[in-house]
Amino acid sequence: MIRISCPFCGPRDHAEFSYGGDGSIEYPALDAPVQDWHDAVFLRENICGLQLETWQHVHGCRMWIKVERDTMTHEIRSVAPAHPGLAAALESGQ
Amino acid sequence: MTRFSAWNVLWQGITGQKGWSRQWRDPELKSHYDVIIVGGGLHGLATAYYLAKNHGLRNVAVLEKGWIGGGNAGRNTTIVRSNYARPGNCQFYAHSLKLWEELSHELNYNVMFSQRSHIALLHSPGAIDAAARNYNTLRRTGTPDAEIWGLEQLKQAVPHLNYAEGARFPVMGAAVQKRAGTARHDAVVWGYARAADMLGVDIIQNCAVTGVERDGARITALETTRGRITAGKVGFAVAGNTSRLWSMAGLGRLPIESHKLQAFVSEPLKPLLDQVVVFGMGGAHFYISQSDKGGMVFGGDLDWYKSYAQRGNLPIVQDVAEAAMSVMPCLGRVKLLRHWAGVVDMSMDGSHFICPTPLDNLYLNTGWNYGGFKATPAAGWWFADLIANERPAPMIADFDLKRFERGLQIDERGAGPDPKLHG
Repeated sequence: MIRISCPFCGPRDHAEFSYGGDGSIEYPALDAPVQDWHDAVFLRENICGLQLETWQHVHGCRMWIKVERDTMTHEIRSVAPAHPGLAAALESGQ
Repeated sequence: MTRFSAWNVLWQGITGQKGWSRQWRDPELKSHYDVIIVGGGLHGLATAYYLAKNHGLRNVAVLEKGWIGGGNAGRNTTIVRSNYARPGNCQFYAHSLKLWEELSHELNYNVMFSQRSHIALLHSPGAIDAAARNYNTLRRTGTPDAEIWGLEQLKQAVPHLNYAEGARFPVMGAAVQKRAGTARHDAVVWGYARAADMLGVDIIQNCAVTGVERDGARITALETTRGRITAGKVGFAVAGNTSRLWSMAGLGRLPIESHKLQAFVSEPLKPLLDQVVVFGMGGAHFYISQSDKGGMVFGGDLDWYKSYAQRGNLPIVQDVAEAAMSVMPCLGRVKLLRHWAGVVDMSMDGSHFICPTPLDNLYLNTGWNYGGFKATPAAGWWFADLIANERPAPMIADFDLKRFERGLQIDERGAGPDPKLHG
């Protein structure tokens, strides 16, 4: 069992969360060329090692979070809210 | 190499089993091969065999980083079926099943292929309608053994399932393929290895690829833990590790993610289950058969997050145990003997890739999701055909890396571009 420290709820079992996928993908603008959208939707770096990924705390606060996790050892390096505004608010202690 | 025959078995029995030779050689690594297959799993070995058998190539090597058959070849639940409905998949798996039916004779090795029926349980009128549609498609496109069973017929064939009226998901019938079944996975590895070796293929174990040398759009050589080897053509058949090799070759990203899938085997029991039974209902997924040794072999879903670790997590053990209890409550006191995980390459549409690559002499076999075992003979056959003839045959023409750019997704489940959903 992986333990994920939810920024809102504290440490919880990963079974409370749903894995979102590669968190490093930047989706292109709506009017970007089709090739850019193809690459963002279908292609993956599929890193063996430390990767940035998204999870949703579906059985908790239902917030999306960004997790740095090693895909070989499952060790978690960092957890932060996926929403940049919430991350900044937590950072400044508001 | 000693061929297996009734006479030979008898003669060796009389003379103390002293006359058998090694099943395959442990050859010295040569400095050059016309074709190098990376990955000594089922697909790699089958490809090497058909390169030699169908296309007459003799200077072929299979490189395996560990021991042959130690990856997913030895970690699957050994199910063989061909009840796929999408164009392309349908013909491919039908061909594979035909090759399975002749495989023991073809390889002169008993792969213990047992056509014991694949029975997918149906739990709602909607599921029966969907199965009927699927199986009408199958019957019209060359899979004549598709059947829909009612409850009475199912009870007669498989008496030990949970038919209780109070069951959470009462069984209403089943979609059945009678020619489907199981095979002994290790025997398939050994059979292909032995047959390929007899045709001159070098099987090199403990030889991991550590680098790929390129000259523009060609691979010139592979760096390995046992030295540098120059190559005429190279084929990758490494399942869950494809992305790592792909980036070694400097080729960027692929439409796959590596996930781990667990499998389980119980202590041996007396004969209990003669078929492969599959349960899929809502979020639950479960498939079970009984090995010839008596162990109940079963599995469920992926671990639900990307991983390269060949070990499973406990929530899935619990999920699978719950599904087992709801399908076959008689298993409640059976002890689990072992459970393990393999790293599978989940693709964006749940279908595979056997295709050319951006490099002139590199060919790719990947994206097998849950289904690489059953595909083995056809995957080897068509991958060899691709490598030998340097063009995709019509059978595999749609299974290339560019299909998403063309707007084509060969998506049996209709789950969309999320690899973890293509179970």
